[in-house]
Amino acid sequence: MADFAISPHDVAVHSYLENRGKHKGILAWILSTDHKRIGILYLISLFTFFSAGAVLGFLMRLEMLVPGPAGKIFDAQQYNALFTLHGVIMIFLFVIPGIPATLGNFFLPLQIGSKDVAFPRLNLLSWYLYVTGGIVILLSLFRNGLPDTGWTFYVPYSVRSGTDVTMAVFGVFILGFSSILTGLNFITTIHRMRAPGMGFFKMPLFVWALYATAWVQVIATPVLAITLLLIIIERLFSVGIFDPTKGGDPVLYQHMFWVYSHPAVYIMILPPMGVVSEIVTTFSHRSIFGYKMVAMSSLAIAFIGYLVWGHHMFVAGETQPAQFAFSLLTFLVAIPSGIKVFNWVATMYKGSIDPQPPFLYLMAFIILFSIGGLTGLVLGSLATDVHLTGTYFVVGHFHYIIFGGGVFIFFGALHYWLPKMFGRMYNIKVANWALGILFVGFNLLYFPMLLLGYEGMPRRYFSYLPQYDTLQHISMVGSWILITGLIMMMWNLIHGIFKGEKCGANPWGGTTLEWTIPSPPPPENFEEIPVITHEPYYHPEAEPSEAEPALVGK
Amino acid sequence: MKLSDAEQTIERTESHAEDHHDEMRGKMGMWLFLLTELLLFTGLFLMYSVYRYLNTADFHRAGLETHVLFGTVNTMVLLTSSLTMVLSIAAIQRGRKWLSVGFLSSTILLGLAFLVIKLFEWSLEIKEGLFPGSTVLLSKPNGEILFFGLYYTMTGLHGLHVVAGMIVLSFMLVFILRDKITPTDYIKLENAGLYWHLVDIIWIFLFPLFYLIN
Repeated sequence: MADFAISPHDVAVHSYLENRGKHKGILAWILSTDHKRIGILYLISLFTFFSAGAVLGFLMRLEMLVPGPAGKIFDAQQYNALFTLHGVIMIFLFVIPGIPATLGNFFLPLQIGSKDVAFPRLNLLSWYLYVTGGIVILLSLFRNGLPDTGWTFYVPYSVRSGTDVTMAVFGVFILGFSSILTGLNFITTIHRMRAPGMGFFKMPLFVWALYATAWVQVIATPVLAITLLLIIIERLFSVGIFDPTKGGDPVLYQHMFWVYSHPAVYIMILPPMGVVSEIVTTFSHRSIFGYKMVAMSSLAIAFIGYLVWGHHMFVAGETQPAQFAFSLLTFLVAIPSGIKVFNWVATMYKGSIDPQPPFLYLMAFIILFSIGGLTGLVLGSLATDVHLTGTYFVVGHFHYIIFGGGVFIFFGALHYWLPKMFGRMYNIKVANWALGILFVGFNLLYFPMLLLGYEGMPRRYFSYLPQYDTLQHISMVGSWILITGLIMMMWNLIHGIFKGEKCGANPWGGTTLEWTIPSPPPPENFEEIPVITHEPYYHPEAEPSEAEPALVGK
Repeated sequence: MKLSDAEQTIERTESHAEDHHDEMRGKMGMWLFLLTELLLFTGLFLMYSVYRYLNTADFHRAGLETHVLFGTVNTMVLLTSSLTMVLSIAAIQRGRKWLSVGFLSSTILLGLAFLVIKLFEWSLEIKEGLFPGSTVLLSKPNGEILFFGLYYTMTGLHGLHVVAGMIVLSFMLVFILRDKITPTDYIKLENAGLYWHLVDIIWIFLFPLFYLIN
């Protein structure tokens, strides 16, 4: 691989990784209000939970070794607990905090040229809330058993279930606070702490994505909080708000739940889209095409995302006009998403593309996300949805979007930014191989699910008809390959952090502010707060003429 | 961008940086937080309106069974507490520490009074058999069950917010006594006041919904 040029001032005299405060050892980390350390705390805790969630998913696939019900590894109740815990961990403890809490915490202040976020102590508090929420969820294991409701906690079952739904729901409630505080912190940071000269339209697009996400976090999460609180109240006092025998309406729960949880899908996907905008310009060595449109489309997605929750409930007893409206609105999301994709592709056009691992993750993302998007169209149309809802098709679609879309870019973002965070480069060849294995494993695992769903295999069943044998087994083998790829990727990154070759301040030739300071960054980020005079993705060698039409906004 | 513009921006931002505590920051964070609190209750208000729409007659009848006297007194108590809250901020702005302490203490005491009155009200209702799951309530039509379900949920959650507000204000009291809140730096007290007003405003909406419309 190419050697990365290192000049003496690329390496900070002191980096944030060295302890210089009054605390020692682990206390210097868990009591630190430095946004970089908090980002890493989040990163460690998130990937701990992710590993647990991945193991659970792996076990669920292993369960499909035989059709059953005889000869199964887990019985039906255990399988219910498996998919509930897998969903709760992956959604609430991994994907939703996801990129904002980890890389957002680390890079938001760096990208806007600030020394920290607006409320550093609140930032640390939100990490503690996150950990508390995670522990509370796991505590349900030791009381009446893990919840078996699925991650959506639908009433009336979540009120009647004998398992410890109360505890798990309370854990998610606490996580909601963590999410709200992070969002509130980011909005204030972006409004008040940009470097001099950095107007809103000179911010990097990752910051724009975090901004849109933060608003969704602040506006949507309280609705989930109250809905979950009502489940707890219902379980403890049976006031009857969702109980039909007392006049309550279980469908109202679904409305309240999806009013949050659909926007939450955009909490999961907007930050990865921001990362894509960063990666695509860095590795194409060109300014982003249509900067303003990409920035605005994040806000548009966040806004339209509020108006489509009803498409989760096409078969839950909606009136026909409501169904039509929600279906139409759902298709509208394709417009801002399309704007983004076309602008990314236009950025690559005539660029000098350097296919490093982050860029290859981006390519994988485009393929997987497109499959996810196209299957989404199938589910967004009323007629086909009635046939496919509640089958493996939904599971396949969802994983293509969230795992293939969001999480692949999370991995890509780690490959992009870990060298900055630790000043060391992972093994690029191993990274490429790991991605290849991940990609193959992923498609083997989830593509059969689309076919299975089409053939009528319902989701959340612990057994299946013998006719689904072949596809179930292909999917299971896919999970083995995927896990192999994951282990390889994570090992390579961790090895790179500790033992990798030193890589200097700017190994990729990025143009945003975080690349102007040493790797790993000094504790105060910037010796002198930078003054911003040009667009974030200014590549003078690629765009000699100021009249370059690709620069929008003149 | 023209250079003069850039220079202006720089000057503006630098003067901000010198001004060590950026007051706008704290205020902005607080308003965002208030927005989330408001949305938390919005979910409940939404449910109230859906169920009221579906069970109008029952809700009317149930509304007659709550005790307007308790509600009215509590509204007055809470409104007065908001007044003393404002006066406390006004006092610290004018450098009158002990006056501010006095007003703030009375705000906390009025909050306590609100809770005590609420307690009496609830226990009276429980004595009448109007509580979730009671045989008296279950024998009533569905709309009334829902009304009282919402009544206990919403006033209960509001009560928790009053408790939280009192805790925050007690901290503020300590801060004033230790001169952490001063005539030049009173943003903490102002933010705490905003929270207290939010609690007050939510009650202003709960009061007619549960006591007056019938």
